Amino acid sequence: MSDWRSKVGMADGLESLNHNFLTSNIEELVKWARRRSLMPATFGLACCAIEMMATGAAHYDLARFGMETFRASPRQADLMIVAGRVSQKMAPVLRTIYDQMMEPKWVISMGVCASSGGMFNNYAIVQGVDQVVPVDVYAPGCPPGPETLLHAILTVHELIRTGELTRRRDSAGGGAGIHLEIEAGPTPVAVRPGGGR
Amino acid sequence: MSIASRQVSARLAAGESILRMSEAEAEVVEGVIDPEDETMIMNMGPQHPSTHGVLRILLELNGENVLRSKPIIGYLHTGMEKTAESLTYVQGATNVTRMDYASPLFNELAFSLAVEQLLGIEIPERATWIRMMMTELNRMASHLLFLASNGMDLGAVGMMLYGWKEREEILRFFETVTGLRMNHNYIRPGGVAADLPDGWEDGVARILVALPKRLEEFDTLMTGQPIWRDRTQGVGLITTPEAVALGATGPILRSTGAAWDLRRDQPYLAYDQVDFDVVVGTYGDTFDRYAIRLNEIRESMRIVEQCLEMMPTGDYRTQDPKVTPPPRARIDESMEALIHHFKIFTEGFHVPEGEAYAAVESPRGELGCYIVSDGSPKPLRMHIRAPSFVNLQTVPHMLTGGMIADAVAIISSVDPIMGEVDR
Amino acid sequence: MTEEPQVVPEEVAAETPSDVPDHGVPRTGEGHQVALYPTAGEYLDLIERLYDEGYVMCVDLLGVDYLEYPDRKLPEGVTPGRFEVVVNLVDLEAHRRIRVRVQLPGDDPRLPTLTHLHPGTEAMERETYDMFGVVFEGHPDLTRILLPEDWEGHPLRKDFSLGRIPVQFKNPVQGGDR
Repeated sequence: MSDWRSKVGMADGLESLNHNFLTSNIEELVKWARRRSLMPATFGLACCAIEMMATGAAHYDLARFGMETFRASPRQADLMIVAGRVSQKMAPVLRTIYDQMMEPKWVISMGVCASSGGMFNNYAIVQGVDQVVPVDVYAPGCPPGPETLLHAILTVHELIRTGELTRRRDSAGGGAGIHLEIEAGPTPVAVRPGGGR
Repeated sequence: MSIASRQVSARLAAGESILRMSEAEAEVVEGVIDPEDETMIMNMGPQHPSTHGVLRILLELNGENVLRSKPIIGYLHTGMEKTAESLTYVQGATNVTRMDYASPLFNELAFSLAVEQLLGIEIPERATWIRMMMTELNRMASHLLFLASNGMDLGAVGMMLYGWKEREEILRFFETVTGLRMNHNYIRPGGVAADLPDGWEDGVARILVALPKRLEEFDTLMTGQPIWRDRTQGVGLITTPEAVALGATGPILRSTGAAWDLRRDQPYLAYDQVDFDVVVGTYGDTFDRYAIRLNEIRESMRIVEQCLEMMPTGDYRTQDPKVTPPPRARIDESMEALIHHFKIFTEGFHVPEGEAYAAVESPRGELGCYIVSDGSPKPLRMHIRAPSFVNLQTVPHMLTGGMIADAVAIISSVDPIMGEVDR
Repeated sequence: MTEEPQVVPEEVAAETPSDVPDHGVPRTGEGHQVALYPTAGEYLDLIERLYDEGYVMCVDLLGVDYLEYPDRKLPEGVTPGRFEVVVNLVDLEAHRRIRVRVQLPGDDPRLPTLTHLHPGTEAMERETYDMFGVVFEGHPDLTRILLPEDWEGHPLRKDFSLGRIPVQFKNPVQGGDR
């Protein structure tokens, strides 16, 4: 059954896809479909969530990008906009939701609290959500206005358009390179530096 | 009707509606139907489709009926009270404004009033009226957010878009005055950060002209609709003694019939000089809370109109040199002005020793700020009495006996903002 | 319980209004800022008496750590403790406010709970326990409320550091000519 795959140069699935003139148009079609209908997962935490809702509302309208359906179930979402400050208690929940999303998935870190801890450099806030999940685009602001968030979303669209078809994150050097071990129970995530996603 | 009773307190304290179970225990038994009494512990949150932030509720269910429940909070704990101890009083407003992020000017107002109490200074009349107008506009914006999210939670999904459209108008006005749409850092101890720009009257007038018609539309969309009424009337009942015993204030207390509104009963700013009514409900159910907030928008519009007419001229902040930096133009001319400006913005101003508590009526209830000062430029202790933190305690008592669908309506009607619950 | 007459200093007595009755404990402030200073033993009794007088709503209960400010001004007869618990009460019918400040020792601070009288203090006392470590005897569920259940330490205490991560610069500037 894998014979036909090696014939088209896909012995290991999509990851070993040989780019050639046969696949290029299909790749473009797939990338176009992906970026034109991203489904954000609702992960509004604090003030940035209000601005995220404002971006989805009528004035700034995410629907023109095909993104007005904020999917509550992470299984149906492919973009996670971490909007707001992530506390120590929330970090394992964030990671669980991220893990439940199907590949390919992208993460926008919205606001300074999600990007770096923001003005809250203290015991309670995770200093940057990239300690927990790999982030593709950082949107600064406190809170970032809807225009900034739209710019971040369009940057993700650009990443999808020009990026690899599959999320070959490790070879491209993306992501924070953090390997996590989740312990059962209401404990914070144990973070160990290392490779992998 | 007596507003408080020890029997009610004792009954509530016995906690028949409260599921007292630790999180570790809940993790083990979650989702498993207990064979003896056919109850199940179900977890709702902290990530869920309704827009109420990171609130987690543990429900003990028998089928669809909620027997007991427990709100679990802390998913947005930011250590703001600890952070406040390392920020000067000038910087303090930036910290507190992010607590109740749907109505940030109220946090700043409570903080500023407490600091001004300790400083013992009077602020100019214009500053007071500007604060009053801006906070009432913020009340309108917060209630529109409530109408939008409440509507969406109960199925009127179009309400989400209508509510946000009106809110955009108010936020646009805020941007012209304060520079930011949210988390303004505008109301500071000593007055406000900047004067109202030229042409502000037109900005406010535009809001006041557009809004009444919209509120009529919301009324038609929701109040007059039988499905809405069925879902909200008689749901989430609470009585006055229960609300008082639990410390609930704001629309929750007013929905039970008790007319307690700090703007009228313990006036601050210039509320004793304007005309407005306190909106009160009768049954203490979800519908009453919705109707109160809808009508409070109308009352706020009345107050803003009066501010528009009666706005005094004068300074927008106190001229007391201990608190206020010199005007920017003078910094180029005078060395003393430069040093003065530098000292205020790096070291901060010293506040006399003492402690003070100031409370304002935020859209969610009594928002208070308790500050202890040791004479230094940073507070020794700053505590914000967050209305949602206390109001959330009414949730188990309201959810008991209802169904899961009612739970969504009830939590939405309490209108908690998790930023101030967890601080 | 014998009540020793509490001496209220002269300057404080001059400003307290005459319509606020004497509760037998030291008092400061006026208007909405009246504060009473019972000992930990008199605390529950005083709150109950205030309830009967009309202060039926407890709006706030918080803790304060005075580790770095031990010589604060307190009225005569009040021995300072490291911790203080402040209870804010409101009389809805007479539109009055009052607060109660209790001094507690630094090691093993304990107070009786108010939940039987003001059930709304359940969450407030949990928060004070979480942030300061003050134990409220008789509380139905004294567990952490804002921090994860297995967190160690009490963050709002002065000896618990803020936990700032200092800024790390990647390339320190040397000489620098740009």
